[in-house]
Amino acid sequence: MSAADPTVFVQTGSIEEPPDAEAVDLTAPFGGGTLPNPVTTAAGCAGYGRELAKFLPLAELGSITTKTITAQPRAGRATPRVAETPSGLLSGVGLQGSGIEHFVEAELPWLAERGARVLVSLAGESVEEFAACARALNGQPGVVGLELNLSYPNADNQGLVFASNPATSHDVVQAVREVADPELPVYAKLAPDVTSVTDVAKACVRAGADGLSMINTLPGVVIDTDTLRPRLAPSGGTVVGGLSGPAIKPVAVRCVYEVHAAMRAGECATVPILGMGGIRTGLDALEFVLAGASGVAVGTAIFNDPTAPLRVLDELREALAARGFARLTDAVGLAHHQN
Amino acid sequence: MAHPVQRQAEIVELSPVGAYHRLVLRAEGIAGRVLPGHFAALAVDRADGSLLLRRPFFVHRADPAEDTIEVVFAEVGAGTRALARQRVGDLVDVVAPLGTAFPVPTGPASALMVAGGYGSVPLFGLADRITEQGGSVGFILGAASADRLFGVEQARALTPDVLVTTEDGGYGIRGQVTLPLTEAMRAIEARVVYASGPTAMLRAVAEVCANEEVRCFTAVEQTMACGVGVCMSCVLPVVGEDGVSRLVRSCVDGPCFDGSRVRWKDFGTVPPDLEGAAAMGGH
Ligand SMILES: Cc1cc2nc3c(=O)[nH]c(=O)nc-3n(C[C@H](O)[C@H](O)[C@H](O)COP(=O)(O)OP(=O)(O)OC[C@H]3O[C@@H](n4cnc5c(N)ncnc54)[C@H](O)[C@@H]3O)c2cc1C
Ligand SMILES: Cc1cc2nc3c(=O)[nH]c(=O)nc-3n(C[C@H](O)[C@H](O)[C@H](O)COP(=O)(O)O)c2cc1C
Ligand code: FES
Repeated sequence: MSAADPTVFVQTGSIEEPPDAEAVDLTAPFGGGTLPNPVTTAAGCAGYGRELAKFLPLAELGSITTKTITAQPRAGRATPRVAETPSGLLSGVGLQGSGIEHFVEAELPWLAERGARVLVSLAGESVEEFAACARALNGQPGVVGLELNLSYPNADNQGLVFASNPATSHDVVQAVREVADPELPVYAKLAPDVTSVTDVAKACVRAGADGLSMINTLPGVVIDTDTLRPRLAPSGGTVVGGLSGPAIKPVAVRCVYEVHAAMRAGECATVPILGMGGIRTGLDALEFVLAGASGVAVGTAIFNDPTAPLRVLDELREALAARGFARLTDAVGLAHHQN
Repeated sequence: MAHPVQRQAEIVELSPVGAYHRLVLRAEGIAGRVLPGHFAALAVDRADGSLLLRRPFFVHRADPAEDTIEVVFAEVGAGTRALARQRVGDLVDVVAPLGTAFPVPTGPASALMVAGGYGSVPLFGLADRITEQGGSVGFILGAASADRLFGVEQARALTPDVLVTTEDGGYGIRGQVTLPLTEAMRAIEARVVYASGPTAMLRAVAEVCANEEVRCFTAVEQTMACGVGVCMSCVLPVVGEDGVSRLVRSCVDGPCFDGSRVRWKDFGTVPPDLEGAAAMGGH
């Protein structure tokens, strides 16, 4: 361009207002009701909340999901219980815990006092045990819902996990739905390693599930090439652990996507989906939302960053604002739209 | 237990010491909270990196005036390799202080510090506390080879009672720390032994202390996923005050434990008398 060129260049069009993240309505469908925002902790990744409370105010999360609680105390598996994998973690804790009575007496009141909304994860080795745990929570303070960890060995079915089969999943959900406080949403937590996660989802919703949590960990084995043995201690005859973390995220998004698609197609009644598996950032959470989740849980990322659940919430809020969403619910399942 | 905070700490020094690296980190609000035996959990990868787990390291020194903490680490795998490649001025995401520190005698007492390799890292701050209270300390520092010893000069600056053992005999007594242990305990009339190092060493030291009827506190190293008490990966079998054995978290209830309460023989197993063992049945 020569110095004599008289052309003047100007900026055209309006300068847009920067999106106001605070204005995004994060109210999240939860069972038949709502929670103030969509973010919770994944079961087993935040204990009963006490330790996390040193890093973030629990009441700022939509809810906090407890580690899975059983009727009786469980010692858990032998150590080592964890092995790091590329962008993932293989773990086999074996649901160590002090049982439902201890939880109701010693942990739940503490959580309720802090204003935490508690999604209680439950399991049992029989339908009756699931139901007994659910009954123990009726009328207790702070509880906003029950999450049934169906990845638990079914004593009546050769130790195969309940989640492996639509019929056994159905029976657990139905039994719990019958005895649980009708006000409390019951979520069924599904496993990804099944022939059709949609079939299990349908069975759970038919049995009365008010929501679906997905996914639990994927079974895996890691072998130490120095000791020439599996990295997780053999315990109860297994060295298999559950794979979690960013490594499993596409599998988890696929499960949410498939089940949400079945709901849109009318093959399954529509209930809220709580998505999880490798969520580390707000954009990870947004992926789950776009696939069809109206809530998200942060698990393994907490081990990397104890403030991760709150950070993910803030980042999700900003990501929604930046994309022009006024409400979280406007983004739920949007990836399924044809145009 | 400690009151941890999470900070982006600046590396103010990273230099070799023998076979180890000395890392000095500056971050507000950590140093003043550190007690001897506390540890720090350091992120070793970028926020979007593939190494998800923090790596735990004992705090060697904490200087509240400078807002610095110092760790000393061995390069053993991908995480510590990444840490060793950092530069002065880089930021490291730190959660600290963590864990339950060593109990300290309330009055003057004679204490023997026993360490394997970098296990001595948390013992110097502890030795300072004990001497400040009018007590006295002795050291047995052991390692596989001379370059894996840590803090021999620091120990000698504190006390003439320093014994060194190496397994290859390259320096000091050839053998393990337990070789001169009983004699050293008697020589300085130790009322308490503090031990830090590999589990096998801790177990051996705890056994000697039990025979000699001397109190023994041990700093254990268990694989940790979270370091803050939420994941239940770092557990070991410990006999509680009520006599009941449980798997307890070494990141919260430890890493410093009364050596006589740890069920050393049962590490890595779920003994049948443990609380909740019955429920483990087939799985
Ligand atoms: C309470 C505590 C204090 C420690 N203090 C020190 C210290 O002061 N100086 C020092 O050099 N080392 C210390 N360690 C050991 C240190 O944490 C490991 O050497 C380090 O985590 C290895 O990481 P890496 O990625 O290089 O090795 P890798 O072997 O690749 O690590 C793979 C995984 O195993 C874990 N791991 C490996 N070795 C150990 C170990 N010995 N203990 C616990 N977890 C392990 C890692 O954290 C990681 O999750 C301490 C460990 C604990 C539990
Ligand atoms: C250490 C650990 C413990 C877990 N414990 C439970 C549990 O008690 N109950 C459960 O339903 N899921 C449990 N999970 C699975 C998580 O809740 C979550 O479904 C899974 O890890 C995927 O999410 P993430 O990748 O964000 O961790 C656990 C996962 C980990 C890593
Ligand atoms: S390392 Fe997670 S509970 Fe101790």
